This record gives sequence, C-alpha cells and structure tokens, in this order.
Amino acid sequence: MNRLTQAVVLLLFGGAILRASFTDLYLRYVKEGLRPFLIAAGLVLVAAALTTLWYAWRDPDEAHSLPAPGPPDGAENPGDVGHHEHGHHEPRVGWLLILPVLGLLLVAPPALGSYAAGQSGAVEAAPASDSDYPPLPPGDPAPVSLLDYASRAIFDGGKSLTGRELRLTGFLTPARDGSPMLARIVLTCCAADGRPIKVGLTGRAPIEVPADTWVEIVGVYDPKTTKDPVNDVSVAYVEVKSWQEIPQPKQPYA
Amino acid sequence: MSPSRLDAGEIDWTPAAPAPPVRRRSSERRIGSLEVLAALLVVLVIVRGPLAGLVSGARLQTWTTVFVSVLVQAVPFLVFGVVLSAVIAVFVPRSFWARALPRHPALAVPTAGVAGVVLPGCECGSVPIAGSLIRRGVTPAAALAFLLAAPAINPIVLTATAVAFPGRPEMVVGRGAASLVVAVTLGWLWLRLGKTEWIRLPHRPDLDDESKARAFWSACRHDVLHAGGYLVLGAAAAATINVIVPEAWLQRLAANPWLSVFALAVLAVLLSICSEADAFVAASLSQFSLTSRLVFLVVGPMVDLKLISMQAGVFGRRFMLRFAPATFVVAVLAGTGFGVVLL
Repeated sequence: MNRLTQAVVLLLFGGAILRASFTDLYLRYVKEGLRPFLIAAGLVLVAAALTTLWYAWRDPDEAHSLPAPGPPDGAENPGDVGHHEHGHHEPRVGWLLILPVLGLLLVAPPALGSYAAGQSGAVEAAPASDSDYPPLPPGDPAPVSLLDYASRAIFDGGKSLTGRELRLTGFLTPARDGSPMLARIVLTCCAADGRPIKVGLTGRAPIEVPADTWVEIVGVYDPKTTKDPVNDVSVAYVEVKSWQEIPQPKQPYA
Repeated sequence: MSPSRLDAGEIDWTPAAPAPPVRRRSSERRIGSLEVLAALLVVLVIVRGPLAGLVSGARLQTWTTVFVSVLVQAVPFLVFGVVLSAVIAVFVPRSFWARALPRHPALAVPTAGVAGVVLPGCECGSVPIAGSLIRRGVTPAAALAFLLAAPAINPIVLTATAVAFPGRPEMVVGRGAASLVVAVTLGWLWLRLGKTEWIRLPHRPDLDDESKARAFWSACRHDVLHAGGYLVLGAAAAATINVIVPEAWLQRLAANPWLSVFALAVLAVLLSICSEADAFVAASLSQFSLTSRLVFLVVGPMVDLKLISMQAGVFGRRFMLRFAPATFVVAVLAGTGFGVVLL
C-alpha cells in the first residue's frame, strides 16, 4: 500500500464516519452522545488523509515509493492481507479498513431487531431508586417506555399503572411459543452490548404480523408475569386495547 | 537508514538485518495499490445492489450490525489513542519519561499502573499509546502495566460500574483493586521473565522526520491504518461470537460456582465489549454469582479478541502469544481472589 492509497483509504474511512454522524445512520449503531466524538474523529481522519495527499503532492518522488526498509515484494498485493505479518512494512492490514467503509456506505445494516431480541435474555428492569414511583405523565393514553412499564409492573405491582390507558412503542418479536411480544433493544454503548426489554401482550394483540414490525399499542396494565426462558428475568404483560403500525422511530433503541 | 538513532534500549527493531534499500525500478509500469483500490471501489459500486441483497438473512444482518457498531463505537477512542501516541512519539522529549518515572523499573511499574487512572478511554486507545511509550524509552514493564491498567481503572469505567451495580460499592472497589493488582503483577512478571526480543515494534524512520508536523501526521496515518486494521479483525471475531453463541448455553453453566467463573472469563475474552459498557452487560447476567461477574469485569478490559489482535499487530505475535495467556490467568486469579474476600 503506498502513501496515496493509504490517504484514499483514510479519506474514505473518515468520510464514512462523518457521513454516518451527520445523517441519522449512526443512531443504528451507537448512542446519541457519541456524536461529537465521532465527528471529531472523522475530522482527524480526513485531516490525516489530506496532509498525506499534500505531502505527496509536494514530494511526488516519495509518494509512490515504499518506505524503507520494507521488502518490496508483494507489499502492494491486496491478496496478501493477513499473511506474512512478521515483516512490518507499511501496514498491509490497513486494507481491512475498506470493510467498515463498505458497511457504512454501501450496506448500512439496519438496527438490531427481533433476531437479536430472541437470542439474548431480557434486561432486568430496575426498581425505582426511591420507593415511590412518580405519577405517569399526563395524556390519555399516557406514553410510557417499555423499561418504565416493566419496572412499574414488576416492582410496584402495577400500582402506579392501574386505571390509566397507556401507549407503548416497540417492535414485535415472537416468544418461544410463538405469541407476539413487544420489544425494544436497550443500548449502553453500542449495538454489541444491546439487550432486549420485552413485554408480553394479552388482549387484542397483533397476530400474524411479521416480526420486526414497529407498532404503537394502547393498552392497560395486566398483572400477569412470566420468566424469560433465556435468563429467568421477570417479564411483564400488558393488555392490548388497540394497536397500529408505525415507521421505525429515528432513535430505534431505548 | 540509521537504526542507532532510534534504538531505545535493546528492543528488537524489525527487520533485524536491514536489507539494502532496493530501488524500485519502474513503478509506473506495474499495477500499484492505488490502481487496485480504484478498481476495487468501482467494482463495489457496480455490485452494490446485489451486495446489499446478500446481507438479508437475519443472522448475517445482525452480524453486520454488530460488526459496524463495534467499529463505530471504537473509532473515537482509537483516534484519540493514536493522536495521543503520536504526540508522545513526536513532541514529548525522551528526557521527560526519565524524569517522570522512578529510575528503578520495579518502582516504575506501580507508578505507571496508577497513572492509568488519568486516561479516560477504552482499551483500543491504550495499545498504540503503550507502543509509543516503549519507543520513547519507557521500560516495557511500566508501559505494559499502563496498557493493562488504563482501560480498567479510569474514572469513567469505575463510575459506569457503580451505576450498573447500584448499592454494591464493593463491586467498584473490587474491580479497581483487582485490575491494579493484575497490571502491576504483570509488569513485575515481565521484569522477571520477559525477554525484550519478544517485542517487535515496527521500525519507523518517519518519526525522525525533520518537520515535527510531518512526523506527527505520518504517525497518525500509520497507526490508524495499522491498529485500525487489527481492530477490524477483532470486531469481526467479536461479531461472530455475538451471533453464534446463544446466551441460553451460558445459563446452564451458571449453577456451578467454579464453572461460572471460568465461563464468564472466557465470555469476556470472546465478546470484546468496550470497558465502558461491560459493567452493564455484567449486571444483566443476573444468574451468575457476583464473583464470576467481577472476573468478567477484570478480564474484559485486559484480554479480549480485539485487544489480542491489536497487540499482535503493534508488539508482534511472539509477544502476544505469551502476554495474553499470562494476563488471562493472573486476571482470573485476582478477580476470583477479590471476589471471595469482598463479595
């Protein structure tokens, strides 16, 4: 890999990061708070690429030469990635950076969904820090997040939920027995640590709707609970009154 | 080329026998890497449709999402680490380290370990920094103690641990203490048993460039491509594990206290989660004992697939083959020890 090629790879990599952070693409992979750092990192990458191009332009002889002391043979052969790592020339392993560029610019994989939700055990809803749950937000139906609902249903016996109509948003994922559940992936840092929060559905639950469909349901508290078969965490239920399909929200994770 | 100018102690600068610089005769006739890259990009744009269609199965799609997200998450930390290591390599004079660290290596190790507290970041950034420290004449044992301690005991990671385990401050204490013990132990082990020829830092004539700015950018470019390439390998491995190992298998191991420690130690290596996030994952593995989850938190920032891949790239494979298993064993022992005493 000569310097010009390195500059182009860096430019593509930095450009892909910048593009992802200026569109909403990055929200499929990481938390919103990382955005300024992503932009800063992308700018540094682009700057490194541009200075390399600038030095190569001022010093054209050096641009195409392989820096000593790398043996020249095969150093420019992309098929060699990963082999012969004992000799350190200019980093041949750098060709691999094309893969994330490809992933971000051409493929742009979707946010984690039903498959990931079925594979890992549910997040354990945490009890409220002080013993009393604050009243639900105003509105009829009241908007509640899945995590909040599960926490109130499991640790408070649904006391703060009864008597209100609730609006919950998530995607559909099948339970072990095939019945639909409402789920959302909770991210801490990036999608690699994403874990699902699942809420079971009773009442007029959507049936024969494909998994991964985003829905908004309106329902009421249901005291039923079960255990997640994967990690034995309690799963709350909600009784569905009505539901409708919605487009995937801008921020797909909880 | 004058290796004598760069030699920091007795590190083996590869290649050992400097080949006489071979002048490439007519590079304009051959197909160079730039042409290969251009052709590759054209082909990729043409097959873009089929390529996106290929990634349609749920499993492959999840793999791609996890792969891309591990990388996107790591990029700011990688770039931060690379920039800091370029600053160390180019702007901080050698004499600074001689003054900053105790002269005796056995004392420099704990000092460097505790200094890890000030570097808020995850493990991807600390590998190039440690390489840069060794290049600037810091004793390898101290640089390695820093490499292990920095991602595990910095304030961000300890705060995340406190948030993930509310009401259990002993988890935070155990994590910080056990990680520091492991880092210092390995530094001392290296002093006693380590051989400097195991470390093969790439030879970098560009760092002696007359112009500091030029040397700085050259170091950044080199390290991003180098460490970044190995990060891609590690992210691919972590995504594969994430997709093919269903969590249900793990849960069967949770009942046996010894097996559960071992299972979570191995899981920490395989999952390669960023040290700022691993506490939340540990918290959700609620069927496992607290001791085994502490081991998960101690092992994860020190040995995992992406770190192993990056260490092999930055320090050489012979180093990695000895260092990673030793770290793993010491980390499991220290984590279990602190777990039994504290939790």
